[in-house]
Amino acid sequence: MKHIRNFSIIAHIDHGKSTLADRLIQYTGMVDERNFKDQILDTMEIERERGITIKSQAISLPYQAQDGEDYLLNLIDTPGHVDFSYEVSRALASCEGVLLLIDAAQGVQAQTLANLYLAMENNLEIIPVINKIDLPTADVDRVLEQIDSELGLDPFSALKCSAKEGIGIEEIIEAIVCRIPPPKGKPDSPLAALIFDAQYDPFRGTVIHCRLFDGTVKAGEIIRFMSNQAVYKVEEVGRFLLTRQKRDRLSAGEVGYILAGVKTVSDVHIGDTITLDDQPCDAPLPGFKEFKPVVFSSIYPIAPEDYEDLAVALEKYKLNDAAFVYQKDSSIALGQGFRCGFLGLLHLEIVQERLEREYDLSIILSVPSVRYRFTLKDGSTVYVDNPAHYPDPGSIERGEEPYIRATLILPERYLGAVMKLCMEKRGENSKLNYLGPGRVELIYEMPLAEVIYDFYNRFKSITQGYGSFDYDVLDYRESNLVLVDILVNGEKVDALSQIVHRDQARPRALGVCEKLKEEIPRQMFKVAIQGAIGGEIIARTTISPFRKDVTAKCYGGDITRKRKLLEKQKKGKKRMKMIGSVSIPQSAFLAVLKSDTDS
Amino acid sequence: MNTLNVIKTPGLYIHIPFCLSKCPYCDFYSSTSVSLIPYFLNGLFKEMERHSHRFKRFDTIYLGGGTPSLLTPKQLESILMEVRKNFHLTSTPEITMEANPADLNPVLLESIRGIGINRLNIGIQSFDERVLRFLGRRHSLNQVISAIEASRKVKFNNIGFDLIYGVPGQEMDSWLQTLRQALDFSPEHLSCYQLTFEPETPLGRRFQAREFHAPGDDLTHQFFIETSNVLSEAGYIHYEVSNFARGMEHTSKHNQKYWDHSPYLGLGPSAHSFDGHQRWWNHRSLAQYLDEIQRGNLPIEGKETLTLEQLRLEALYFGFRTKKGIHFDHFKDRYAFDLWMEKKEILRRLKAEGFLLIQHDHLSPTPQGFALSDSLALL
Repeated sequence: MKHIRNFSIIAHIDHGKSTLADRLIQYTGMVDERNFKDQILDTMEIERERGITIKSQAISLPYQAQDGEDYLLNLIDTPGHVDFSYEVSRALASCEGVLLLIDAAQGVQAQTLANLYLAMENNLEIIPVINKIDLPTADVDRVLEQIDSELGLDPFSALKCSAKEGIGIEEIIEAIVCRIPPPKGKPDSPLAALIFDAQYDPFRGTVIHCRLFDGTVKAGEIIRFMSNQAVYKVEEVGRFLLTRQKRDRLSAGEVGYILAGVKTVSDVHIGDTITLDDQPCDAPLPGFKEFKPVVFSSIYPIAPEDYEDLAVALEKYKLNDAAFVYQKDSSIALGQGFRCGFLGLLHLEIVQERLEREYDLSIILSVPSVRYRFTLKDGSTVYVDNPAHYPDPGSIERGEEPYIRATLILPERYLGAVMKLCMEKRGENSKLNYLGPGRVELIYEMPLAEVIYDFYNRFKSITQGYGSFDYDVLDYRESNLVLVDILVNGEKVDALSQIVHRDQARPRALGVCEKLKEEIPRQMFKVAIQGAIGGEIIARTTISPFRKDVTAKCYGGDITRKRKLLEKQKKGKKRMKMIGSVSIPQSAFLAVLKSDTDS
Repeated sequence: MNTLNVIKTPGLYIHIPFCLSKCPYCDFYSSTSVSLIPYFLNGLFKEMERHSHRFKRFDTIYLGGGTPSLLTPKQLESILMEVRKNFHLTSTPEITMEANPADLNPVLLESIRGIGINRLNIGIQSFDERVLRFLGRRHSLNQVISAIEASRKVKFNNIGFDLIYGVPGQEMDSWLQTLRQALDFSPEHLSCYQLTFEPETPLGRRFQAREFHAPGDDLTHQFFIETSNVLSEAGYIHYEVSNFARGMEHTSKHNQKYWDHSPYLGLGPSAHSFDGHQRWWNHRSLAQYLDEIQRGNLPIEGKETLTLEQLRLEALYFGFRTKKGIHFDHFKDRYAFDLWMEKKEILRRLKAEGFLLIQHDHLSPTPQGFALSDSLALL
């Protein structure tokens, strides 16, 4: 056990985590140069493209250190986004130490801090690493100062590297060996293994990624998931090298995988404890939480005949994403679809992109919503994440919405503008910390609904990309909520209904009305677009009818050409959604729905 | 459907594909190689022979182009002689010739009157010199006036003017002035076309290169409605989107054949024909046209057999373009579609909005409806 090191790399997005991971893998000789593919741990195409890690991955690196001993360095890669902070926390719980990676040009950012706090909560050894020192804009001294003043860490403990150029890699690996403590644990105690990830293998079922704290596990044993008491027979255990490598057993301190015929990843709960059925441990490892989706949206196929394909794709997708939940839904405007729950807006976008890319589906998503809580006059409580299920307004005693604590780090010069944005987004109880010269940390409590609606983009643009943002969900708070409907010539377009705070109702409704006005082509009749709360009209735009579209000449007998044009137009018209007598192109829904998300 | 087409007498169109100069807005096929006229006529006569068994009797003949008035009286006479040789004509056929005002001298007029041409369609386009220049017309305002006067002198009593509006930069006054000047000559027929920028024309390319702005929809709509109002007040019937007649007897019988699915035979390059089921079209190139004929073939470039659905779409389109409109029972008999039953709701709405008149079992578009006929066809 003293030759094992379990560690993770944590960083703000784009600070070079995956690149450093690749260098470590390369340095320890796992892959030769020729077969090296950048960002080995980011196996999904989309991860590589967006440059972020979505799912945790693990890899064991054999390494002979300068002391002459052979070590096994288990690198547990973590997702790099706030939506997945629970997964990050479980990955960190499986480690004894972390490399806290900081971009030499950008310095400490919101997720640097958030990740540092997570590491501290888990009592991990923290090695600060300043990356990208080769950049012309690198300011190592400033970052060292931030490490001291903002992170409260010893600047002399910091290492410097350029993962891209391969500078400083050896020092990092030696530091992992020398500074991160070996795992502790009792191989003779009952099995206690922490699940930090699960992946789906079409041939073997779910691959459970875990860290053993106590005991051992081997093929043939019966294991039990402590959260739901489900039992499975272990088929295979092993380590992650570049591919899975089968072993006789896994013991305390090790990181590896278990195959136990678990059908889907949804049967496995990240953070859960695995023990042996006949000799269970006393208590589960701490920190287990159920996944709770916080952002909801309905997915519809653009062509109704693709509904079955969408159903199949969601089923397949779900196999590998336990955090994603969905159920059937239908809309008058958009037809049959699915109501889906996500960990956050990024998670939503990832699902959307993967469905489009990997399953080749054209889909449309309804306006994202949070889950509201309503106390009705009869004393009962209902949770509503779909505007279609908004309770009868007369029956509502009290409405509540989820609040978050937003942590924003930004250059001081943008403070005024960012505070204004946060106020507009109903932020309250603000706290301001001066982190260092010219840098501030701003903490606000604000409704989650405001964050998923056009917050991040505006924050990024106000701070010209120098601001960083992180959040955690707090609690439900009372809120003056209303249901805003959009009507086209008096007919409700159900897919565009939204639950919003009364103060935002009018601007939000007007925004949708104006977007629709831009996107719906002029028709033969006047089209009135209205936003309404119940019977009260709060916003209105009008599309004036076109009055002339006639082709001047039609003689000489060349009618074929004109008819072909008409046939084409007729086809186009068929693809539009009819709301009453108004034909609305799909692009109008897309434009409205897109403008409402924060991509 | 068959029965219907048998009742209707076909029309004959002859495309004379020559012009002295090409107008930059026009996308009808023509060539400026006038030395080829004799070769063309030779080919045309052979083409006629090939169709003589198929089309027996016509009640309209239309010499279009191109510029038929470029031909000599003798050449024009030979065309009509060949027609009579190969086909039968009804006792009083409508025989129309398109003419450029610059060509209409008393000698030509006298002779074409003599060979049986009884309807003249003069390509005047405008009474505004600036507009004539923009359109690249080779005639002057003076030539227009003397052409009209000369035509009346030889007792042409069925004369139509072609006029164009919506020229970039043109104001309503310029157009109303043109209309008033046209009305001074009391033509029996007026075709008022909005200028369109066809992509494959020099003007269309200039338009795409944004050398000028086309007048907007609202302005052209004003032109359109104002034209309808002015001409209605002057006693003309707005019987098709772009066509007006001083009494129903002066409507173009030939053009109406295109609009009610009557059969028609088109001769000459690029001409289209329709026999009730099939539509076919000749090569849009004089060389190819002559080459095919030389080799004993019909100079047909393509053909299509129309499905009932296609016929129905065309019929709707034409129904909304003509004052004659759509007779629900006839439409149902011919195109197997009960328009009233299927579209009652929207038709009532269109009536309420003033786009249609609906009486008994018949609908007829108003001028406001004409302006929307492309969309109405897709209702």
